[in-house]
Amino acid sequence: MPQNEYIERHRKLHGKRLDAEERARKRAAREGHKQSENAQNLRGLRAKLYAKQRHAQKIQMRKTIKQHEERNVKGAPAEKEPSDPIPAYLLDRANPTTAKALSSQIKNKRAEKAARFSVPIPKVKGISEEELFKVVKTGKKTQKKGWKRVVTKPTFVGPDFTRRPVKYERFIRPMGLRYKKANVNVSDLGIVTASGKIAWGRYAQITNNPENDGCLNAVLLV
Amino acid sequence: MATVLPPPSKRQRREEIERTQTQQDVAPLLSADLGSFKANFVDSDGNQMADVIEINFADATEKNISSLLNTLLGRDREDFTPYRFRIHIPGKDVIIDQYPTDLLALLQKHGVTNPFETTITLSAEPQAVFKVQAVSRLAHRIPGHGQPILACQFSPISSSRLATGSGDNTARIWDTDSGTPKHTLKGHTGWVLGVSWSPDGQRLATCSMDKTVRIWDPETGKPFGQDFKGHAKWVLAVAWEPYHLWRDGTARLASASKDGTCRIWVVNSGRTEHVLSGHKGSVSCVRWGGTGMIYTGSHDKSVRVWDAVKGTLVHNFTAHGHWVNHLALSSDHVLRTGYFDHTKEVPDTEEGKRAKARERFEKAAKIQGKVAERLVSASDDFTMYLWDPTNNGNKPVARLLGHQNKVNQVQFSPDGTLIASAGWDNSTKLWNARDGKFLKNLRGHVAPVYQCAWSADSRLIVTGSKDCTLKVWNARSGNLAMDLPGHEDEVYAVDWAADGKMVGSGGKDKAVRTWRN
Repeated sequence: MPQNEYIERHRKLHGKRLDAEERARKRAAREGHKQSENAQNLRGLRAKLYAKQRHAQKIQMRKTIKQHEERNVKGAPAEKEPSDPIPAYLLDRANPTTAKALSSQIKNKRAEKAARFSVPIPKVKGISEEELFKVVKTGKKTQKKGWKRVVTKPTFVGPDFTRRPVKYERFIRPMGLRYKKANVNVSDLGIVTASGKIAWGRYAQITNNPENDGCLNAVLLV
Repeated sequence: MATVLPPPSKRQRREEIERTQTQQDVAPLLSADLGSFKANFVDSDGNQMADVIEINFADATEKNISSLLNTLLGRDREDFTPYRFRIHIPGKDVIIDQYPTDLLALLQKHGVTNPFETTITLSAEPQAVFKVQAVSRLAHRIPGHGQPILACQFSPISSSRLATGSGDNTARIWDTDSGTPKHTLKGHTGWVLGVSWSPDGQRLATCSMDKTVRIWDPETGKPFGQDFKGHAKWVLAVAWEPYHLWRDGTARLASASKDGTCRIWVVNSGRTEHVLSGHKGSVSCVRWGGTGMIYTGSHDKSVRVWDAVKGTLVHNFTAHGHWVNHLALSSDHVLRTGYFDHTKEVPDTEEGKRAKARERFEKAAKIQGKVAERLVSASDDFTMYLWDPTNNGNKPVARLLGHQNKVNQVQFSPDGTLIASAGWDNSTKLWNARDGKFLKNLRGHVAPVYQCAWSADSRLIVTGSKDCTLKVWNARSGNLAMDLPGHEDEVYAVDWAADGKMVGSGGKDKAVRTWRN
């Protein structure tokens, strides 16, 4: 497996062959011929594998075409009863059409590609504990305390935050990663438990949204 | 064993004696002479109620003035009506809605340099003579429905009957006194989206996803006549004809459907009297006003006013920029309760009942001697409009700006002076129903507020939210009066009984809950 994007690096250093584009075009143009030849002439196991691969591709293509056709449909989508009963005022609300879903899917994909090198998390997602917390390694005493963790991502803390006594501090939130302001209504960081208590988010993820440059976009993680 | 406190030391005893024996200096509390002003009392129509009287600023609390006015009107102490006062700033067009703690400072703030010689007009608004206590505890949790509860409404007769509609294709009637199921109304083949009691409490209408409306007898739980077929799509809401307008010995019913029409049915025969078509989208809400108008709000961004007898279009309001979600009338409460009021006196004869219902409606809807039924429409465009279709025609009285997200529901207070709106921005807002001014923001929910309901005395509001809680608010101060956790999932429907004793709620967790003081 390549460990790096070595092709891009080589191109940056040395450039491309002069006829690279033409070769690529020709190869793409002959692709159909190549596939046809393979389909006709392969024998045995390789033929089986090849046929299976073509079959899967065909299914995928059909699906995509169908989705695109749905996107082009004008007007209301076919009436479908939502699965969970919801009151009249929520009907027609939470079910965006498939076309919309597809286009937003494509948009999301593009956005993700563009934000590959962005800081710190391209979009809000659940992050694993391993990624978020680091076990403290330094120090003689702390090494014994297996329960201490350092948070590695910028975190939201309330405006009245003070560090707890070192002895009790389970999550160490380094100074540079602490934010007291979030670009959300702080009430959005709470949810109500069944007993009616409001649970406040412990930390919030920071997203990279250029419109809110320098702000903290936080989403509750429970 | 409890810890016995040591006896007070000598020093503590001495200090105690000193404190109890010397009299407190109360002179600065009574702030001797602030001067006085002349008060002119007018009622809400602007008629003078009593002679102009001079009142000392030091005594001018709202409660004192209220009892003074009652005395001036020559009432017995037992018949005292509590009043709230609006202050008209002299020489200006400003009216202060909230009575301040310091009247003098308020007047000076508004540029009245010498309040001691001016006559200040106070418009007195009578308050409900009864007081509804804030509900504080879960009275009953009644399981029974097999699917989420989508709608609920208390009977206008008393709080002991609650009807709910659910996603399990049934509606149920509950005995809330004992917390037991009373009747299961089976017949619909789709979710029951709305339940509505007739204003005399003798019939229950349900509307459903199966495109029909059904009428039930709440005493026996049996269907009343056939189901009303005719709509081409889901029926989203129903509204009964106000009791004082019933003709030919039968009630009528309006139903709003996703197919863009509103149908008027004659209840006794099941005949379609009119089909009000014209909306280009789903009709989300329907109201039947006491002046014989039907109001419909639709997803085509318009609110239409129809003549209920002729079935013709009267007005078309197109001010909204997005779906109209909900409508409310200033007379909603009296129309819903017909001839039932807090005195529990029901006239014996049909004519008596009709007269009482009409009298209650006219009392609630009258502004300055004219019947002016106000309408407020809530929309997905984050705003509401206040309309006065009878006097103001197509022009809105006010646009209510302030919500930061879609407005899901809007409700007039039973006395018609306040408007509460529940929105997706997690807040409930209070507005002045006279001019549409913003008054209070009730924040506390952490998820969209789906529904709100007023108590019958207009002093309290209960809100149900996606965050699984109900909250009771004090409309006067805007404070949270009570937090009612208990639901295990989203609360879809909430209603406060017309006699104020109970709140009923239902939601995604399938169990009906009743709350009381």
